[in-house]
Amino acid sequence: MSDVAHEGTSGGPPETEDTSWRKRYWKKNLRLMITLLVIWFTVSFGFGILLIEPLNNIVILGFPLGLWFAQQGSIYVFVVLILVYALWMDKIDDEFGVSERNEEGGYK
Amino acid sequence: MNETQFWTFFFIILTFGIYIIIAWRSRVKETKEFYVASQGVPTLANGAAVAADWMSAASFIGMAGLIAFLGSDGSVYLMGWTGGYVLLALLLAPYLRKWGKFTVPEFVGDRYSESVRIVAAVAAIVVSFTYVVGQMAGGGIVFSRFLGLSIEWGVVLVAVVIFIYAVLGGMKGITYTQVAQYTVLIIAYLIPAFAVAYQTTGIPVPQISYGQILAELDSLSVEFGLNEFTEAFSGRAGGQIDVFLVTLSLMLGTAGLPHVIIRFYTTKTVRGARYSAFWALFFISLLYLTAPAVGAFTKLNLLQGVQGQAPDNLPDWINTWAPTGLVTVNDDVETIGTVSNIATSGADLIVNNDILVLASPEIGGLPAPIVGLMAAGGMAAAMSTAAGLLLVISSAASHDLYFRVIKKTGASEKEQMMVGRIAMGVAILFAIWAGINPPAFVAQVVAFAFGLAAATFFPILILGIFWKKANGPGATAGMLTGLAFTGTYMIYTLEVFGTGANDHIFNVSPEGIGAIGAALNFIVIVVVSKLTAPPSEYVQEMVEEIRYPQTRKVDVRS
Repeated sequence: MSDVAHEGTSGGPPETEDTSWRKRYWKKNLRLMITLLVIWFTVSFGFGILLIEPLNNIVILGFPLGLWFAQQGSIYVFVVLILVYALWMDKIDDEFGVSERNEEGGYK
Repeated sequence: MNETQFWTFFFIILTFGIYIIIAWRSRVKETKEFYVASQGVPTLANGAAVAADWMSAASFIGMAGLIAFLGSDGSVYLMGWTGGYVLLALLLAPYLRKWGKFTVPEFVGDRYSESVRIVAAVAAIVVSFTYVVGQMAGGGIVFSRFLGLSIEWGVVLVAVVIFIYAVLGGMKGITYTQVAQYTVLIIAYLIPAFAVAYQTTGIPVPQISYGQILAELDSLSVEFGLNEFTEAFSGRAGGQIDVFLVTLSLMLGTAGLPHVIIRFYTTKTVRGARYSAFWALFFISLLYLTAPAVGAFTKLNLLQGVQGQAPDNLPDWINTWAPTGLVTVNDDVETIGTVSNIATSGADLIVNNDILVLASPEIGGLPAPIVGLMAAGGMAAAMSTAAGLLLVISSAASHDLYFRVIKKTGASEKEQMMVGRIAMGVAILFAIWAGINPPAFVAQVVAFAFGLAAATFFPILILGIFWKKANGPGATAGMLTGLAFTGTYMIYTLEVFGTGANDHIFNVSPEGIGAIGAALNFIVIVVVSKLTAPPSEYVQEMVEEIRYPQTRKVDVRS
């Protein structure tokens, strides 16, 4: 069907291999993902839009706080969230022996 | 030739030369190189390439000006166009990389059905094409303003350089020129921003120091009949609900745009895709965190420069930009009393959003080399995005349509490459034509490409990965519902294709409707998939496989 054979996708694991780890791996992945998405929603839609007016009453270094979240703070948090996801997934990958660290990856 | 033109020529020739050298060194022979750069792009380089691919002429030239006038509500673009990367990084990039083929339509084709693939390929071409036209026109504006070249020649020159490196090097050539283009555009954006911040506040960190001028900017804005910069929900008509929906639409659209997604196919590993997403947003944030500061400083300088002045005694930059038609002054008033960015507002001084960034070095009184660098940066932003989009058009037309619908079997590697290159060439010719004669509706359609991407691609990709039972009929119905609903509302509220504009329903602007379209798409997929037969075992196994980075090694940590 495919003209490109890729590592991993070719054939899948043999029938005999124990695949119960996969459920645990996926669950950990989902839990991390949902936690990070809750933070994502809180800083952007929460602080930057829904609560922007009350937060604007607090002024720091000239910035009304709600405006700061909407134009600066949320973006800082987004960058950190993606980094935390990549680092944390490395830990989960290691735990389950599916790490790709020895092939080319991110941080040296 | 004046000093500004000299420096503009200098930087344009220097940067174009670099792009062409890179293109020659990364020319390709195989389809895997042409479409996904052999999946060998290092993480950091891919991050920079995503950033350049993503930041278009609109981000570089238009966004800060838009924020200057929208004020607080400009955050819809800031949060919308960065928050989408969180979704992309957590929900899409690693899984699509694991699946690992060439195009986005190809994924939905394998996952759902051949007909979904064809609809997706056509949608990818339409969305990307409207976007390319904006880049071409943006490049033309830079050339005509800084070099005195006609817009036509500007567009042709841009297209020729893109043609050389995109046809020669495909994804590989595009990737490495994008890395160079990112470097050029970010330097060009940051130097004037830091300089203006230092001049105005004494602190050369614009992201921090623009807080200090907000109070002054607010009172000046009110004086000239503009909304306060810091007041929430005063820049856009729709208020809080609309700001919420527009932000969401832009986020979902960002995560669903094919030219960004395919960049994640080029990394070596799934892990590489995750870190690429981090580097991508890191690089993007350097510009996005600076943009509101540039907007605020430039607007303050602009208003201070014209305050209490007679129309014949205005700062020099107004005269240099007047021939472009993007600045107009009412000569009948004694002093400038009102300022606006809206052409029909009748204000004494009307400044188009699009010139604020390009004119910011002049407005702030910075030297000529910086003005020239700004022009090279604007070109880099336009060209890098155009090239990424042209690759999507070429791959959808050749890989997803021609070799799937017209010539189904027996195409040799050589033939596939040839068709890919021809498709790229044809796309560039169309782009030149449309860049010179932009159809009237393009500017509007570009802004709504996000809503359409959100309402069509995003839900079928997400459910394709996270819900094994999502099936072909569900995806087809969902995508068509999202498209029909979103498209209808846009046509209903906008003057496009000769239709009259109607009032917004519940204050929802056409930019925000994509979020509701996406929600409908999700619901329809779930309902239809439940009512029809689930996907085959083979497809469900494929979904299972893309969730794990690789086959487990027996000896952990070898």
